[in-house]
Amino acid sequence: MPNSSPHLLIVGGGLAGLSAALHAAERGARISLFSVVPVKRSHSVCAQGGINAAKNLKGEGDSPWIHFDDTIFGGDFLANQPLVKRMCEAAPGIIDLLDRMGVPFNRTPEGLLDFRRFGGTLHHRTAFAGATTGQQLLYALDEQVRRHEASGQVEKFEHWEFLSAVLDDNGVCRGICAMDLRSMEVRTFAADAVIIATGGIGAIFGKSTNSIACTGSAQSALYQQGADYANGEFIQVHPTAIPGEDKLRLMSESARGEGGRVWVPKDGKPWYFLEEWYPKYGNLVPRDVATRAIHKVVYELGLGLDGQPAVYLDLTHIPAHELDIKLGGILEIYEKFVGDDPRKVPMKVFPAMHYTMGGLWVDNEHQATNIPGLFACGECEYQYHGANRLGANSLVSCIFGGAIAGPTAVEYARASTAAGSPRPFEQEKLRQEEINARLFASEGSENPFVIWKELGRTMTEHCTVIRVNDNLRRADAKLQELLERYRKLGLRDKTRWANPAFFFTRQLYNMLQLARVICLGALARDESRGAHYKPAFAERDDANWLKTTLASFAPDADEPRLRYQPVDISLLPPRPRKY
Amino acid sequence: MPANTVRLRIKRQAGPQAPPVWEEFEIPYRPHMNVIVALRDIAENPVTRDGRPTSTIAYEANCLEEVCGACAMVINGRARQACTALVDRLEQPISLEPLHRFPMIRDLQVDRSKLFNDLRRVKAWVPIDGTYALGSGPRQSPQDQEQAYPLSRCISCGNCLEVCPQYNTRTDYVGAAVINQVRLFNLHPTGKMHRAARLDALTGPGGIQECGYAENCVKACPKDIPLTDSIAAVNRQMVGHLWGKALGR
Repeated sequence: MPNSSPHLLIVGGGLAGLSAALHAAERGARISLFSVVPVKRSHSVCAQGGINAAKNLKGEGDSPWIHFDDTIFGGDFLANQPLVKRMCEAAPGIIDLLDRMGVPFNRTPEGLLDFRRFGGTLHHRTAFAGATTGQQLLYALDEQVRRHEASGQVEKFEHWEFLSAVLDDNGVCRGICAMDLRSMEVRTFAADAVIIATGGIGAIFGKSTNSIACTGSAQSALYQQGADYANGEFIQVHPTAIPGEDKLRLMSESARGEGGRVWVPKDGKPWYFLEEWYPKYGNLVPRDVATRAIHKVVYELGLGLDGQPAVYLDLTHIPAHELDIKLGGILEIYEKFVGDDPRKVPMKVFPAMHYTMGGLWVDNEHQATNIPGLFACGECEYQYHGANRLGANSLVSCIFGGAIAGPTAVEYARASTAAGSPRPFEQEKLRQEEINARLFASEGSENPFVIWKELGRTMTEHCTVIRVNDNLRRADAKLQELLERYRKLGLRDKTRWANPAFFFTRQLYNMLQLARVICLGALARDESRGAHYKPAFAERDDANWLKTTLASFAPDADEPRLRYQPVDISLLPPRPRKY
Repeated sequence: MPANTVRLRIKRQAGPQAPPVWEEFEIPYRPHMNVIVALRDIAENPVTRDGRPTSTIAYEANCLEEVCGACAMVINGRARQACTALVDRLEQPISLEPLHRFPMIRDLQVDRSKLFNDLRRVKAWVPIDGTYALGSGPRQSPQDQEQAYPLSRCISCGNCLEVCPQYNTRTDYVGAAVINQVRLFNLHPTGKMHRAARLDALTGPGGIQECGYAENCVKACPKDIPLTDSIAAVNRQMVGHLWGKALGR
């Protein structure tokens, strides 16, 4: 008998999770929404520049096909093409929907949506709400989900952390195990389907542009439970961020989209190296290209500002009033954290880890992982961006992925049979409580925060812009050492109420396991493609490496096993990527 | 002050029922520190100034660029976000206290769920028919956008509520942040179709009449939202709304 009122668990309340919740609620599902932070504080708020859709409102002849071509080309042909094409076709409708929800997009004098340029395209394709577009989009979806919460269809579990999936004897996902971040109670929740939308993994790199909550802990836990993790080695390093002691704060690509220029002094004059090296795209080359150029200028040519790793991002030639309307949010960040006014002096920026193109493997149609009953959408999965994500494509991929995952999870749930035995739930709860008990009993000498710092340093040094096989081997040895040391740590704070050190220490283990997926994936891939650059293998190698990396956890060896899958290139034949 | 250490006094509370205690910390100074960096340095090695090991300090934080609203606390007597509180600009010892108008969880962490529940109470959303394709949204002038966008930047930090003399558990007052959202949605071409329902939600206990015009809210807002203008605007709408109801319109 079909299940008339399916119950979904959605983990993560950023753009992807909220989009999934909204689309599933509309189809009659009951939803329990889990998030480590109140959903309105999710990392999506940090997205600044905008959201791509080929609305072609500037008379440039833009189209979803050109958006698709730019995205595939920008991703160096590693993305499976059919789903990306569907996303680009859906994007204009997504903008309309957001517009109807009241997102305060910037407007033209005629009252239409304004669009600006972004990296990796020659068209004005990016709709924006000042320079806090992610915040405004997240709020709009949060408000719509709150409507369904008011009607009783959505129940939120905020300040709850996902620990693991509950899998039955046939390996079907029947629910989740989670921990209350206040009472520290461990509980299992049954459901007809589960959607994971837990975002990025920045914390694995120590400092990044990501929020604190972006640990990748949930994805890693699922990978260790048998979910395949795809293209983990593809890590985006954003060319322009403000270096900081606690985080690297993003300075949106929209700064260059609105005319910002990158330069360093050379022979007493400004040298606009991106404009010189890439005359067609100039400052708006894709992020991997711009980041490598800045690296070269600073480390090979020794032209960093005052010998420091920094270059100028200059807006001072643009009228202050225009900057305030279009970029106000990021100017405010620079002013508050650095103390200078970017309307008057050029900003000092440097590349920073920003985004993972890799993530949980999902199929080409339904956002379904290889674990039946488990779906994934948003940054935590791998489908849309290939080897390098174009700016302003993340927001559209989050919303589109959620719009697929929600309805397909409902369909799956309607057809699914009841869970049956309570045993898998009891077993999973016991397993998680044992992990907690071991941690509480730990009396070793290792400090989790020190292990984390070493993890971040290792990953940033060896698994970001430049990859060298010898270094990657050393990095993996280091990761294994850190995992070994993790087993000897001592949790000093044994409080059993809202204990932040405890939560962090649990997440850290999962960060270490996922770090190895990134590192070993990079070591294996002997070519250069998108964000993955090896000087010793400087060219893209389609004959050997036009394939998706799949990492699966081998519990016996406690490490990832890599295998590969062909890329669906049925729509657009690969061509050399030159900007 | 070119000292090479940073001193902090932190009000600790192990749980909702536990008595508050103050602890002092002294940590090495680093350039460009903010309060978050100081709290993280303490977390690495939680030992008080007089050498006593202590528990990790609980606080909420996420984006660290003042757009998520999580890290609100009272710093040197002022309600603000910890991420933008730069150590170089703070007098030492830096005192950290939790927001005290919300239920205590632990240390600097409080329960602000009332704020989100109140957004539900006032129907702070645009009532769309569905997510299916219904064409583009209503046209709006750049001037309308420039009026709505600043109101829409509220990060639900709760600083405006912390400084409001009327915001307490007795009256159930929704406060400036939530009234500002009513103004925002009543401005929107589609949102205003539900203007009456939102205004009704702002009458009765906890409604807009609880505002005492102390005008502290607008000074505490980290996003420079014109909160007192918003309260005045919604008050004007309310007068018309209530007259309309009284006259049976």
